[in-house]
Amino acid sequence: MSSALIAADELVAARYQMALSLGFHIILSCFGVALPAMIYVLHRRGIRRDDEVALRLAKKWAKASAVLFAVGAVSGTILSFEMGLLWPGLMSTYGDVIGLAFAMEGIAFFIEAVFLGIYLYGWGRLSPKVHLRTLLPIMAAGVFGSFCILSVNAWMNAPSGFTLLPDGTVTDVDPIAAIFNDALWGQWIHMWVAAYAVTGFLTAAVYAVGMLRGRRDRAHRLGFTVPFAFAAVAALMQPFVGHLTGLRLREDQPSKLAAMELALETEDNAPLVIGGVLIDGEVRYGIEIPKIASLLAGNSFDAEITGLNDIPPDEQPPANVVHLAFQTMVGAGTAMAAIAVWWLWRLRRRRDAVFESPWFLRAAIAAGGLSVVALEAGWTTTEVGRQPWIVYGYMRVEDAVTTNSGIWISLVVMVAIYLSMAVIAVKVLTGMARRWRDDPDSDLPTPYGPGGELMTSFHAAASSGDRS
Amino acid sequence: MNLADVAAALLFLGVVAYAILGGADFGSGVWDLLAGDARQGAHLRSQIDRSIGPVWEANHVWLVYVLVFLWTGFPTAFGAIMTTLFVPWLLAGLGIVLRGGAFAFRKFSSTLAEARLHGIVFAASSVVTPFFLGMIAGGIASGRVPADGTGDIWTSWTGPTSWVGGVLAVLTVSFLAATFLAADAQRGGRTELADDIGTKAFWSGLVTGAAALAAAVAIELDAETLADGLHGRGLVFVIGSAAAGLATLALLRRRQWAWARVTAVAAVGAIVVGWGVAQYPDLLVDELTIDDGAGARPTLVGLIVVFGAAAVTAVPALVWLFVLVNQDDWQRDDH
Repeated sequence: MSSALIAADELVAARYQMALSLGFHIILSCFGVALPAMIYVLHRRGIRRDDEVALRLAKKWAKASAVLFAVGAVSGTILSFEMGLLWPGLMSTYGDVIGLAFAMEGIAFFIEAVFLGIYLYGWGRLSPKVHLRTLLPIMAAGVFGSFCILSVNAWMNAPSGFTLLPDGTVTDVDPIAAIFNDALWGQWIHMWVAAYAVTGFLTAAVYAVGMLRGRRDRAHRLGFTVPFAFAAVAALMQPFVGHLTGLRLREDQPSKLAAMELALETEDNAPLVIGGVLIDGEVRYGIEIPKIASLLAGNSFDAEITGLNDIPPDEQPPANVVHLAFQTMVGAGTAMAAIAVWWLWRLRRRRDAVFESPWFLRAAIAAGGLSVVALEAGWTTTEVGRQPWIVYGYMRVEDAVTTNSGIWISLVVMVAIYLSMAVIAVKVLTGMARRWRDDPDSDLPTPYGPGGELMTSFHAAASSGDRS
Repeated sequence: MNLADVAAALLFLGVVAYAILGGADFGSGVWDLLAGDARQGAHLRSQIDRSIGPVWEANHVWLVYVLVFLWTGFPTAFGAIMTTLFVPWLLAGLGIVLRGGAFAFRKFSSTLAEARLHGIVFAASSVVTPFFLGMIAGGIASGRVPADGTGDIWTSWTGPTSWVGGVLAVLTVSFLAATFLAADAQRGGRTELADDIGTKAFWSGLVTGAAALAAAVAIELDAETLADGLHGRGLVFVIGSAAAGLATLALLRRRQWAWARVTAVAAVGAIVVGWGVAQYPDLLVDELTIDDGAGARPTLVGLIVVFGAAAVTAVPALVWLFVLVNQDDWQRDDH
């Protein structure tokens, strides 16, 4: 094998590892952004209306969030390692251009970690009002943190705030211009809304499963309705937000748009291709709807869409991956919006009508899966659509990747660890749910001490007169 | 002091904070590993869970802080460190993932067997992670990381100073953690447990001190620039650390757990600051100075502004968290 081939291999391994790490973390960060708001609604209702059921739900979700946020925190930390381990070329060259947004995200991470610690351990220790309010900084940190991270990702799509000299040095660095790049607002709001859809649909799906199994008590109805309402609003907003997000592509990132739309030739009145695969330079198995791609991407039938024919071959993303990912996202998004409409329609008839239809509950469960599919597909669209660039138009991924070999080994290790983390997290969470069904306060009394008798003696020792 | 120096000082502040707060966190896991079987170790493990439960995530944000300040303020140095020290960073990173995940999983496990498995992962990775972080520090401090990142992928972090760094890191965090745990146990009214952990703190302090003396010899032989700095500008911090260490031992003998924690923090903080001062003005010892490694000026200014913003937002929050967890009520059992 030639050294160029080996290098290409290492690049593929590095990209897979980054994709795996981000694809894992992105789900957890959705919960970090959106779950605190849902807990807040329940907790507030619990206190204000003396609603024991709502309060108990808030308590349970807080415990679940302790697990989710812990895994999210460590998988996020690993990402900061991987920025340097896998992409030192990017960070050495552009670290001081994009770093400020990361530094600000650091503040958000601190605030989130601190107040999460206070909230989780604050039950019965803080006054109910103060305790409830500790959720507010967590919510704010989620919004602000996602803003910072999306700013960096948007910058990779729409680089700004620097000048690249012909000798490869970066000068005239303006970190504020880098933060407020052209792609920022669209990407941030798109991701933010997605976080609510994912968290809401997944959480509601848990209670929909319970209701299908006949547990239709008030806790299940409330545990379904609160997150589903958040998610439904998000799912109905998302098509418009997504449309606005995509509008900048036609002029700023034509190669991504060409791949998303499988546009082979540059043309106005470009057709929308539904389905379809590019084989030997031809689109097969697709349904063409005339003019619609121009309308969607440019708000006008006359809008010209650059085709792959006008993009140098070595600057084209893998069109099939991007196209299918994009269409998967749109399809899943449309289905979620339809389920949200279904919910509103049933709700209009009678408040409890939603819970009586097993088909609606099944659809609600499907929405949980669809939300994750849409999330990952959308993220694939934007990331793979940017290829072969890591910084669009400025730096290719092969110039950013580490010079170290053996990335395949670290990839294999990562796959094993992330797989087991995912399996264990699901197992622990379902275990929690099962336990709480029998007894809401039945957690292991002490980290791996035998329960019962030992804890009784422990309590006795702690409360007997040996306090000095 | 110029702009780059200020940014480097703020970066190093994060290193010191992580060494102390992250250190006490890791060290608790070391004691968890040594706590014995489920029955013997139950009280100590409950204390560990109670002590680090509310604070562990915040403690580990300091590491992210350090990395972000490094790549933003000193991008080429970040690239060089991550490329040359690829292996220990990867291992430390795995340790962090396993540790954080297992800690949360353990608390909410359904059965004792599961909890025990997660507990072992948590505790073992609490040893592994500071060890490799210490080896990384040793590699940088002994001048083995070239500015262009072309250092050998193995020998750059396996020199004598790295071994010293790794071993000393594990010992130091254990000592530090024991003083934290003893003080917390006493707050929670568990006097017997406090005595037990306090004794551990005393003996681990003695061992750590002895290891530090041995480390001094190794550094003299292996890391000339660092050794010169430690005799020179850094000497006052070395002496200060030794004095605070001895004071801690004396306080531990007198079962003054709360005060021993203060002096232990001072001892660890002083030696870490001493390291930083000793290698100043180098960022990568013998290879890259702070000035030469500094990124764009507007970004350095921005970093200092962000630090200011953190000082008025995150720091008061952190202080509130630490005040809360040090209240008697927060050290007792869950409600």
